[in-house]
Amino acid sequence: MRILDGKGVTKYFGGLAAVDDVDFHVDQGEVVGLIGPNGAGKTTLFNLISATYAPKPGIIRFKDTNITHKKPYQICRMGIARTFQIVKIFANLPVIENVRVGAFFGESISVSSATATKESLELLEYVGLSEVANTPARDLTLANQKRLEVARALATKPELLLLDELMAGLNQTEVAEAMQLITSIRDKGITIVMIEHVMKAIMNVCDRIIVLHHGKKIAEGTPQEITHSEKVIEVYLGEDHAGSE
Amino acid sequence: MLVTFLDVVIGGLLLGGIFALIAVGLSLQYGVARVLNIAHGEFILLGAMSTWWLHTVHGVNPLVSLAITGPATFIIGFLIHRTLFQRLRSTSASTGAFEGRSMLAAFGLLFIIQNVVILIWGADIKSYSYYAFPVNLGGAVFGANRLVIFGFAVAIGLIFYLFLARTRQGKAIRAAAQDTATAGLMGINIKWVLALCFGFGAMMAGLAGSLLSMTISLNSAMGLKYTIIAVIVVVLGGMGSIPGSFIGGFILGLVGSIVSYYLDSLLQLAAYYGLFMILLLVRPAGILGKK
Amino acid sequence: MNSIPFISKRALVPGFIILILLILLAAAPSYSSAYFVILMGDVFMYIILTVSWTIFSGPTGYISLATAAFFGIGVYASAVAGNEFPLLVVIGLGGLASFGIALLVGFLTLRLKGIYFAIFTFGLVTLIETFLRWWELNISHTIGRVVVYVDNTTVYYVMFIILVVLMLTAFIIRHSRFGLALQSIGEHEEAAAHIGINVTVVKTIAFAISAFFMGAAGAVMATRWTYIEPSIAFNPLYSFIPVLMAIFGGMGQLYGPVIGATIFTYLKEKLITEIPELYMVIFGVVMVIAILYLPDGLVGIVQKLWTRIRGGKRAHT
Repeated sequence: MRILDGKGVTKYFGGLAAVDDVDFHVDQGEVVGLIGPNGAGKTTLFNLISATYAPKPGIIRFKDTNITHKKPYQICRMGIARTFQIVKIFANLPVIENVRVGAFFGESISVSSATATKESLELLEYVGLSEVANTPARDLTLANQKRLEVARALATKPELLLLDELMAGLNQTEVAEAMQLITSIRDKGITIVMIEHVMKAIMNVCDRIIVLHHGKKIAEGTPQEITHSEKVIEVYLGEDHAGSE
Repeated sequence: MLVTFLDVVIGGLLLGGIFALIAVGLSLQYGVARVLNIAHGEFILLGAMSTWWLHTVHGVNPLVSLAITGPATFIIGFLIHRTLFQRLRSTSASTGAFEGRSMLAAFGLLFIIQNVVILIWGADIKSYSYYAFPVNLGGAVFGANRLVIFGFAVAIGLIFYLFLARTRQGKAIRAAAQDTATAGLMGINIKWVLALCFGFGAMMAGLAGSLLSMTISLNSAMGLKYTIIAVIVVVLGGMGSIPGSFIGGFILGLVGSIVSYYLDSLLQLAAYYGLFMILLLVRPAGILGKK
Repeated sequence: MNSIPFISKRALVPGFIILILLILLAAAPSYSSAYFVILMGDVFMYIILTVSWTIFSGPTGYISLATAAFFGIGVYASAVAGNEFPLLVVIGLGGLASFGIALLVGFLTLRLKGIYFAIFTFGLVTLIETFLRWWELNISHTIGRVVVYVDNTTVYYVMFIILVVLMLTAFIIRHSRFGLALQSIGEHEEAAAHIGINVTVVKTIAFAISAFFMGAAGAVMATRWTYIEPSIAFNPLYSFIPVLMAIFGGMGQLYGPVIGATIFTYLKEKLITEIPELYMVIFGVVMVIAILYLPDGLVGIVQKLWTRIRGGKRAHT
């Protein structure tokens, strides 16, 4: 089933098209990778889906509902959650409170305080942050802050999770752990779209890859197809797809 | 009717001249130095009171007093920035934090300056008359002093424009207005330039106050209204655009004149606010704004 | 964090102290001087203004300079309605009028960046004042109104009750999910919006709640002045002083603003009687110093010292 699709999605900033007439779709249960050189429009596309901006022109639909002009909180409650390229945690709040906010507000049905706490503790356990539940979020390492963001996003009970460069700044071990987390989330039944530069992760985890360049979609296909696509290789001239950061 | 038209339009331009001057001043302070100086009006008060004192006590021609109040308010503004706001800048974690803190610090300055003025000159209302004879422009009558103010305001604006366009310091200011961080990396002494901007901003206010003192009666609470107007004009003209503030000042002056003529002068502020709100909701970047 | 910890051990001692304080304050008018009753009325007023300001501006970081506007609305409501309605109704009217205006202002301006909001609120007091002056001159044809006199003890008790209700409200908000939403907005508004918080609505409601109490306080304090005109009711000082008190006291905990307000009201009393010309200059200077050197206020300094003595860090609760 198509969980997300976009038609003619475009966004201009001044005279520059950050995203230029992009058609895309995501099927339920998939892990889709979104790649492209810096400035290709990947994060902007996420911002369009999560309603930070509205596409102009273009239409985005989530499970057959037009979400083009909705507000961010509505998008979240409908079942789309995201993380951010630069981590946006609630720095001065304890780790568990960060997650509880998601549990409280992420859905249209409200939960009791006790339920929110229970769910949050379970999520912290799931991402491996149980020990630091009461630490202020700003005191966490970057890798842990990213996990916190994931936990917070999961607290909103999403059907679709947008991960923006989850692995940026992580070392080899942390990358491997992140990859495990992603597959684990996928196994829970959550559809994932991930922006990444770490090619190892993309190739191993994704079912399908969309490639953006200068705001346009230049390729789409399985990891195999993408690595053999001349267009993509050209765009990534000099980039070794078998390696990682 | 031509007379009504002239009355309203010229009246609007005369009003706008002062608005343009104080708005350019605030634009320098907020647009470049990123200080939302809500004490701006108090520098107007300072200039006005100084000129009143120089004129009524020492017989100095108000227009000549500009040569005193201008540099004086410049120096005060420069020093305040160099000490207070510079320190806030270096101790703030982010631009947002700096803007908030400096606005509050300016709030404190508002009360300091206003009450120092009261301490020095007392809280009673003051006024004097200068060049108050009427001038007839095509049937519409205006006090000569208002025309003089307009002339001076425009002249100061033009001189400053030339300063920005032609001199090295001016170019440094324009660079800093575009991108403060990069300007600093290009060898421009940012601390100096920002303090300069703040000082010039204060000077504009001081000069405006000196000019204003020729036409209106002065009370210690007069500054607030002008600060609000300056802020609205800066938003109207586009945050960070100095020419925008200049033009915006005249536009607001015209609006004020129209409202005053057809409705009531007490409703001017409401009209400015209405315009402000519409602008913020429709085009926050303002007329010439870049952000 | 989840439930109101009335029963938790940590709350027992401070809770007991607060209870004693409340009893003492409730009984005070019967055994203290008229001067004390009047002074405490002022202290209550400033605590109300400061704490209500902190309810919204504290967690969200949106600096409101509209306190004087809402206080003034309450004062003016009292002047308009005080002759025909009993005090409690007037307080309700003052509070509701402020609440309504705050909803409108919030709805319009809280969708914009914080700095625009601050700017808008800054001029609000002057805007409302000039508007009412026009109204009085041209529509209602009244210039100024006489206010019904209410004795100091009644003022004391009414303000006391408003204060207690306010503190309870502030406490409940702080420990509720609504308060958590406010804090999230202050920490990172964009992230808060993306995890399902309707940020505009949450901000506006908090803003309106804080305005309600300011208006209520204004309606009561109006009875201190016998004659009200817009220029008397709307005084920018009432925007400035609560902010000063909150910043000086510290906004991290609920009692910070209370301490700041108490200290400064007393200070104001002393300064006005001894060096009236200088007191505002001194307040201005204190404000600047507090901004520069007291980022977390007095409470912040005490907390830092306490932490250093005990050793270790504490999460922001």
